Amino acid sequence: MGTSLDVRVKRAGKVYRDGEVLSGVVVITSKDTVQHQGISLTMEGSVNLQLSAKNVGVFEAFCNTAKPIQIINSTIEMVKPGKLPSGKTEIPFEFPLQMKGNKVLYETYHGVFVNIQYTLRCDMRRSLLAKDLTKTCEFIVHSLSQKGKLLPSPVDFTITPETLQNVKERASLPKFLIRGHLNSTNCVITQPLTGELVVESAEAAVKSIELQLVRVETCGCAEGYARDATEIQNIQIADGDVCRGLPIPIHMVFPRLFTCPTLETTNFKVEFEVNIVVLLHDDHLITENFPLKLCRM
Amino acid sequence: SYFLRHARSRNYVSESEVCKLESVPLDFGDYHPLKPITVTESKTKKMNRKGSTSSTSSSSSSSLMDPLSSVLDGTDPLSLFAAAADPVTAAPPTDGARRKRDKDESSAVGSDFEPWSSKRGEILARYTTTEKLSINLYMGSEKGKATTTGSAVSEKVRTRLEELDDLEEGSQKELLNLTQQDYMNRIEELNQSLKDAWSSDQKVKALKIVIQCSKLLSDTTVIQFYPSKFVLITDILDTFGKLVYERILSMCVDNRVPLPDNFSPECVNDTAKETCLNWFFKIASIRELIPRFYVEAAILKCNKFLSKMGISECLPRLTSMIRGIGDPLVAVYARAYLCRVGMEVAPQLKESLNKNFFDFLLTFKQIHGDTVQNQLVVQCVEIPLYLTLYSPAIDWILQCIAYHAPDVLLTEMMERCKKLGNNALLLNSVMSAFRAEFIAARSMDFIGMIKECDESGFPKHLLFRSLGLNLALADPPENDRLQILNEAWKVITKLKNPQDYINCAEVWVEYTCRHFTKREVNTVLADVIKHMTPDRAFEDAYPQLQSIIQKVITYIHDFALLFSVEKFLPFLDMFQKESVRVEVCKCIMESFIKHQQESTKDPVILNALLHICKTMHDSVNALTLEDEKRMLAALINGFIKMVSFGRDFEQQLSFYVEARSMFCNLEPVLVQLIHSVNQLAMETRRVMKGNHSRKTAAFVRACVAFCFITIPSLSSIFTRLNLYLHSGQVALANQCLSQADAFFKAAVSLVPEVPKMISIDGKMRPSDAFLLEFLCNFFSTLLVVPDHPEQGVLFLVRGLLNVIQDYTWEDNSDDKVRIYTNVLHLLSAMTQEAFIYHVDKVDSNDTLYGGDSKFLAEINKLSETVVSQILDHLKTLGKEETLKRQSQLALYFFNTILAHGDLRNNRLNQLSVNLWNLAQKHGFADTKTMVKTLEYIKRQSKQPEMSHFTDLALRLPLQSRT
Repeated sequence: MGTSLDVRVKRAGKVYRDGEVLSGVVVITSKDTVQHQGISLTMEGSVNLQLSAKNVGVFEAFCNTAKPIQIINSTIEMVKPGKLPSGKTEIPFEFPLQMKGNKVLYETYHGVFVNIQYTLRCDMRRSLLAKDLTKTCEFIVHSLSQKGKLLPSPVDFTITPETLQNVKERASLPKFLIRGHLNSTNCVITQPLTGELVVESAEAAVKSIELQLVRVETCGCAEGYARDATEIQNIQIADGDVCRGLPIPIHMVFPRLFTCPTLETTNFKVEFEVNIVVLLHDDHLITENFPLKLCRM
Repeated sequence: SYFLRHARSRNYVSESEVCKLESVPLDFGDYHPLKPITVTESKTKKMNRKGSTSSTSSSSSSSLMDPLSSVLDGTDPLSLFAAAADPVTAAPPTDGARRKRDKDESSAVGSDFEPWSSKRGEILARYTTTEKLSINLYMGSEKGKATTTGSAVSEKVRTRLEELDDLEEGSQKELLNLTQQDYMNRIEELNQSLKDAWSSDQKVKALKIVIQCSKLLSDTTVIQFYPSKFVLITDILDTFGKLVYERILSMCVDNRVPLPDNFSPECVNDTAKETCLNWFFKIASIRELIPRFYVEAAILKCNKFLSKMGISECLPRLTSMIRGIGDPLVAVYARAYLCRVGMEVAPQLKESLNKNFFDFLLTFKQIHGDTVQNQLVVQCVEIPLYLTLYSPAIDWILQCIAYHAPDVLLTEMMERCKKLGNNALLLNSVMSAFRAEFIAARSMDFIGMIKECDESGFPKHLLFRSLGLNLALADPPENDRLQILNEAWKVITKLKNPQDYINCAEVWVEYTCRHFTKREVNTVLADVIKHMTPDRAFEDAYPQLQSIIQKVITYIHDFALLFSVEKFLPFLDMFQKESVRVEVCKCIMESFIKHQQESTKDPVILNALLHICKTMHDSVNALTLEDEKRMLAALINGFIKMVSFGRDFEQQLSFYVEARSMFCNLEPVLVQLIHSVNQLAMETRRVMKGNHSRKTAAFVRACVAFCFITIPSLSSIFTRLNLYLHSGQVALANQCLSQADAFFKAAVSLVPEVPKMISIDGKMRPSDAFLLEFLCNFFSTLLVVPDHPEQGVLFLVRGLLNVIQDYTWEDNSDDKVRIYTNVLHLLSAMTQEAFIYHVDKVDSNDTLYGGDSKFLAEINKLSETVVSQILDHLKTLGKEETLKRQSQLALYFFNTILAHGDLRNNRLNQLSVNLWNLAQKHGFADTKTMVKTLEYIKRQSKQPEMSHFTDLALRLPLQSRT
């Protein structure tokens, strides 16, 4: 490889917000002088939607992949056609991250059926003899803090055999009483989900208690819409037969990239839920679901 | 040709007057080489510099200034170095020291805090198992989940995810049937592969290894090994924590300037922060509770990079996170780890420590719950054993809490423990962790609580042991002391298992020795004997029994008292394994030598110690190392020196005779005995003021006989020679003339046996220097030895000369001639009217012969022979390669003549001139020496009756070397 191209943004975390300026450098390294037909930088942002095979036919799942929704796409010319000296050349750039009109800059999100991604692409066009060079670099967009104060919405819960739904033989269930609360289901994405859980009593020994973070992605299209819930992560908060009556902390950090503020648009929705899963020793599985609303403050 | 030798006649008295050094009054402040050097630590460099400049530049003003003293009056280089090193030791660049300083600044953990590292070994040694262990590592366990993520995930993210999961694809391994040693090796391998992965930049793999390792801590099969497992695995976690911290710290290096020790988060650059944050996010997403807890705790320190409050926010969260751990044993060790990390990183955050303990108390009832009980049944582990598994963790937590804690807190902790049922376990930990003073002051309370404890729970003997340990360190109230001992011993003596018993008794012996009299100590020792004798139980308890002896002799320094403890010697009889017995004997003897102030004749002490020394002596065999022998001999010698029967010399001698028969295998002891007996003879002489009565004369002869028959049993030839000479001198001093003769004759006949090489400290060395020294010494003694009436004149001198003549000297050595030259000194001294020294009450030859001309003629004849031998030898040195030796010898001979010869005799005068020239002839003479010699002659010539030296000086040319 004679010539290599690299794009580097300045911030270590690569996190930018609406209205900020992306700055960084394009680095070209080469042993010889580089002849080129111009170097350009393109900022792209798009939402990729995929319909799950569950809701539509397999064929459609491939074909009907909804067209990517473009959020942002702009190009600037960095260098006019010409020559670059041999060695390492660094070309600094500044690229404003600004939405046109009243379009919204969605936050970066990597899900299963919905993906929101932003990239910075550098293209070096070259003469017919040499291949064009391209390098992309993902950067991360965080939406601006939402205005207004987040109202905490604490939830208390009690789980007993009686409160359960979808039980076939209620009589065969061991007796138990689990109480607890979530400090808020309205969550700031940078703050952990917190709360407490007390196993007041349980006939069977507890095997494990877990927090399951679930994303609920809804994609709408001409034929209707698809709604899918998949697990993001599963965090164990209790292992083994915990002490009765002793509050166990509920604590879960929202993973970066895989979560974003709850999002609702005309074409798609991204929502989050948490399941508290209690596994008893005789393999009884008790689940309690809580929808969450995430936001960025 | 023969030269008549004329000895210069000497007046020793007047000569000594002249030669005596003029005594100069010494000003105390003056510099003197023997003045003790007091090293004063220099505080400033400036002062020293001043000192050194004055000594170099002001040579005109202070010509008396000694360059050495100028160093000594102020600062010497060493203390200067020490002073310079001071700031360095305060802040060396090593991480360990930095950490230490961090601690100092937070003024919480000092050197009085017993560190974890000192606990580790103990735990590893104590919690062992013979059962098979297994390690279960799922390096790719979450693979299935990764594939569920749809294809829409960006390529990069996916690969990254896969990397996380499948770095070692298919590396799920389960190692079964490992022995404990295998297990430890595996863990060590993991530790190593962690370091390897880290150094080869495989950070994700490193993290996985750590996660897998900490997962092992949730496994409680083979529960009796759990504490050791905890130790091994937390070692890995510590390694990991250190690696991460140092890595991030190294990212903060700005312009090659590392961060200060107590940096604030603002100084940390974004890249480092981002990396740090990444670690925390990664760890927060670990699925399982126990690995997530341990890994986060391991890198707790890294919070310092992110925010000031990071650690203080994290600790309480981690503390309450442990509540989710269901198994009480796993949970308590998790708490111990958190306390350990907390004490290291933020010792000022005491709240979390307390919280950990209170949380533990809240879950205490779990230990007796069904889940635990069922587990124990499955594993066939008894409750008392199970409970002891908690001790290291609880001890550690309490130790952290109790460190510099006020009494109020400790009391509160204790009260809380009291309230819980079945609290022996807690009680024990309280006793091991809290300050000894605190415990000692409440001893009676504790005894009460211990008594109330359930028999089936935590082993009681451990409780008493813990209490005993405290009482060995701190004193309980005066009034309670006896009652404490009674109460405790009542329980201890009932212990059935000899191991349990001895572990307990060992500790309480110290308390007993500390506060009570020999009666109580005796009772305790008797009880130990009673318990340990059946079935030879003592065989398994040597270390404890040894430590009991150690403690007894640490507290009882009065050996008369010690040996009057009736059971002390019977106690020693329990040490039936020889190596241990000798060890114990050594301890006792060391203590005796160290603490016995006055010499003793107490028959109890003597009997006991003789017995002990005999034991040590009898352990010596052909395989005993030299070092060991030397050590034993030194101990026995120390004892022999401390024995004195005062004026009862006969008893003293018979003691030495007995000792000789007892310790005949240790030569140094025999040597010591000979010296002691000689000393005894001289002591007798001193008491009798030189006039022996018939009885004392007989006694002294007995002493002499003792030496005479003991010396031949020694193997070292020079020891024998010197002892013969020495004993001969003693015999002479005691007017035992024929005995002295016998010694000297023995010495003379021994000389031919001196080998050319002797072994010194295991190396072969030529013996000539030693022989030369001995012979000179011998000749000096022979001056005063009177001739035997039945033997010829100068019988011994002739005998010795013959031996020297026949001795096969090293080729090309001049030793023989040097000795001959020295013999000339002797002969010239013998011609004097009065000898230079005498032995009191012994008539030497000067008195015996009274300057008889026949006697003098004999001497002259001898001299002639010797001189001719010397000259012959000088001639043989005429060859090229020996010229230097010739020159040296000639000068040596010249000096002898100068000192002892009468140079008014022409032939002698001529001989000396010839020697002078011979010395210079081939240019090997040292000009400086020659000049000095000449100066000396000139100076001498100014003295009365020495005027002929003036002429001599004129005849001695100085040759300048070209």
